[in-house]
Amino acid sequence: MTTIESSQETFEQGQVLLEAKNLKKYFPVTKGLLISKVTGHIKAVDDISFELRAGETLGIVGESGCGKSTTAKMMLMLEEPTEGSILFKGDDVHHGGAGVRKSYRSSVQAVFQDPWSSLNPRMRVKDIIAEPMVINWNITKAEQQSRVLKLLNDVGLNEYHSNLFPHEFSGGQRQRLAIARALALNPSVIVLDEPVSALDVSIRAQIMNLLKDLQAEYKVAYMLIAHDLATVRYMCTWVAVMYLGQVVELSPVQELYNNPSHPYTKALMSAALPSHPDTEQEEIILQGEVPSPLNPPPGCYFHPRCPDAMDRCSVERPEVKEIAEGHTLNCHLF
Amino acid sequence: MVTTDTRIDTEVVLSVEDLRTHFTTRWGTVKAVDGISFDLRKGETLGIVGESGCGKSVTMLSLMRLIPVPPGQIVSGKIVLDGEDIVPISEQEMAEIRGSKIALIIQDPMTSLNPVFSIGNQVEEAIEIHQDIPKQSIMDRALEVLRKVNIPAAETRVKDYPHQMSGGMRQRVVGAIGISCQPQVLIADEPTTSLDVTIQAQYLKLLKDIQKDSDLSIIFITHDFGIVAKMCDRVAVMYAGRIVEHGSVRDIFNNPSHPYTEALLASVPRMDRVVDRLFSIEGQPPPLHDLPVGCAFADRCPVVMDKCRESYPEIKAVSDGHTAACWKVE
Repeated sequence: MTTIESSQETFEQGQVLLEAKNLKKYFPVTKGLLISKVTGHIKAVDDISFELRAGETLGIVGESGCGKSTTAKMMLMLEEPTEGSILFKGDDVHHGGAGVRKSYRSSVQAVFQDPWSSLNPRMRVKDIIAEPMVINWNITKAEQQSRVLKLLNDVGLNEYHSNLFPHEFSGGQRQRLAIARALALNPSVIVLDEPVSALDVSIRAQIMNLLKDLQAEYKVAYMLIAHDLATVRYMCTWVAVMYLGQVVELSPVQELYNNPSHPYTKALMSAALPSHPDTEQEEIILQGEVPSPLNPPPGCYFHPRCPDAMDRCSVERPEVKEIAEGHTLNCHLF
Repeated sequence: MVTTDTRIDTEVVLSVEDLRTHFTTRWGTVKAVDGISFDLRKGETLGIVGESGCGKSVTMLSLMRLIPVPPGQIVSGKIVLDGEDIVPISEQEMAEIRGSKIALIIQDPMTSLNPVFSIGNQVEEAIEIHQDIPKQSIMDRALEVLRKVNIPAAETRVKDYPHQMSGGMRQRVVGAIGISCQPQVLIADEPTTSLDVTIQAQYLKLLKDIQKDSDLSIIFITHDFGIVAKMCDRVAVMYAGRIVEHGSVRDIFNNPSHPYTEALLASVPRMDRVVDRLFSIEGQPPPLHDLPVGCAFADRCPVVMDKCRESYPEIKAVSDGHTAACWKVE
């Protein structure tokens, strides 16, 4: 069994930790009760690839139904991919042996959106935070306790809080508890699923700053699922923009915000709310809504809503192209 | 965008004076709204911004006279709508005003529509209550407002039930019900929080178009300064039941004069520039049943003085049409 010391593997900043290769997740749609027949597939995630490097933050942005949560679930091994693989330090986690799976599960942790439902209301804070250690590590009660205290201090709470129950905390404090629990095993990756969107404005900044500080201290990589482009700009080093199960644009954060290139990314940015009443924004109002992933349009998935659609967009699926260092997109315009 | 200055002469449609709405609970009296005043002019959009528990929703419910009595009560103040104070009038009289002069769009389109009636039915219901016109004209009018909120193929979709529509479409239906009786004031309580970014952009543009068409006055209740920047002419920032700062949208963004407004603006990440570190306001708002004697923000304020804990600051003018309740303002 692992102990505190042996869990502290260090990775060089920028080393590839996690690699998603041609990930696909199709959910079958069935008809009939007794003799059920598969009538189609919902292509929740349709062939996406990305890398997550040590100490960095990859943001995944997109609207509801674009597949960002399914991607997060596959990263957390809560869903098996239909095709493709996730490589963690070179090992295929979904098809690897029990050892690989177990070590992956303790190296990749999660913080969820809603801190009201992600903490067990019947457990005391100290037990909530210690639980991952009890399961995964062979350490004494005293060691557990001192680590719980350290974690509480690191997330801005103190010893007094360790005996309380989750309902005695505010939303921001609960999110701090969820973060402490995620950090308990010294993970190398934390999947953050909209970690601040359920919180109040003044509390959001506290949590975002805390996450940044902890990243520097614990050398952990984040995968941030978000819909708010400003949050992503503040938190991330890399951004993947998803639309209907595909990554349409992937780029280092500064490059993406200085030079958004895919028509969908541009539309998303123009739809985002301005930071100041005098901010000049290009007005691209997309018509219609995201099509059903059950029956996606032919060619480029975005073409029915795209303001720059050409004839070939409705026939041919665009290939991934690199337009600047690390900046890739799939669009026929390039 | 129109600023206050050009609207200063236009007619005031809604005027709130020293409104206080309190709730009696077993922890004591919760002063959810404690002495707020503002004017709303014709065709203007006023944003009421604040965090949860600051009293913005209770303000909205007070304006609609939807406060549950007991435990709540409007203990003092005036709400003058179209020349008439609606605080003392009877529930029956209020029912006639509600929907026809002042209407509401609430946050969650999933729960604000009745799942067992078709959307046409629900729009018609609102019209039927307030307008004494034949059945056929009611149906025509319902179709007209559904077209106005850009429901595609409205003729066929009137027969649809809420579950057959997407979130964005449902919120449009709620909007259609809101404007169906041509109210003078529309209160929008976080109408887009449950919508996606691109759908939110569509909806906000729609609201602006409708406002332009009918010179509607809108009160936007929100916690998002982005919506304020995009939609509002004037802003009232609320904290612990009171308006701490009030001014035109440019006054608030360019010259925030209350430390709370300043801190809130600095704590929002920006899309248009790189921010190294966000300003974060430490602590949490005080409980509303146990407010301090002085300024409620004192414990979290970076520039707090002794005076702040002793008495509540008066509302002072920063410049023309821009006020703040802070001892720092001279």
